[in-house]
Amino acid sequence: MMNGAFAFFSGLLFGLGLIGSGMTNPAKVKGFLDVAGAWDPSLALVMAGAIAVGAFAFAAAKRRTTSWSGERIELPSSTLIDRRLVIGGMLFGAGWGIAGFCPGPALVAMGGGLGAAWIFGVAMLAGMLVHDRWLAPR
Amino acid sequence: MTIAWPLFTPWSALLGGLLIGLATALFVLGNGRVAGIAGIVASPLRAVLGGTGLAPERTRLLFLAGLLLAPWLWRLFAPLPAVTVDVGGLGLVAAGLLVGVGVRMGNGCTSGHGVCGLSRLSLRSLVNVLAFMGTGMATVFALRHLIG
Repeated sequence: MMNGAFAFFSGLLFGLGLIGSGMTNPAKVKGFLDVAGAWDPSLALVMAGAIAVGAFAFAAAKRRTTSWSGERIELPSSTLIDRRLVIGGMLFGAGWGIAGFCPGPALVAMGGGLGAAWIFGVAMLAGMLVHDRWLAPR
Repeated sequence: MTIAWPLFTPWSALLGGLLIGLATALFVLGNGRVAGIAGIVASPLRAVLGGTGLAPERTRLLFLAGLLLAPWLWRLFAPLPAVTVDVGGLGLVAAGLLVGVGVRMGNGCTSGHGVCGLSRLSLRSLVNVLAFMGTGMATVFALRHLIG
């Protein structure tokens, strides 16, 4: 039961952080990506703030074997750096640059009822399916 | 490079970032998992289409419920911040498809590789982050300064 509560509040907190930091506004994200124009460094501080807390959390998680809810802690084990990692990142970056949405802020904006986020979000789900059906390694 | 001081919001960015970090901490220490949103979305989606049932997806679905309800909780206390989208429907569809394919192929997004991966000091995640940041900047440059 506890794991469900942790998950729900984690999602809620994550969403509030995205709203409060301004990252649910695509114009602000694109303002960060526009290094040649009037550059808005805010996104870098969002990452810095998140990583400052996250670094402690993951350091603590690496020393433990079970989580507070009693489930095993399973951190990603892959260290593989291959073409899929780089090309996947580049495709994601291109879409991110066009719309200014990445998955988290898009979902929060969908929750808030933003039509543009729904168009983006449905296409994103379709893209995930396209990958898993035709582009996944077999 | 010129910093757009009127647009720069250092304190709300830092504070929002700290909240995102706390959320990530709660998920990894509470549930033992990485809060990577691309994966948290893709996994139940596959379960639905594969007909394998949603029972193993319970924690991910509850995380998503929290994410979707965040704007509702926010609105109880303050209006949501103004949002500007400067692309049309076709652009949104193209962008969504690229993001969907890209985050599955690279196995993560701004949260999984960005926040969690960099917090874990993962070189694999750093490579992915540099790829999407670099391409994101190049795309905005092309759209705003070459074409636009």
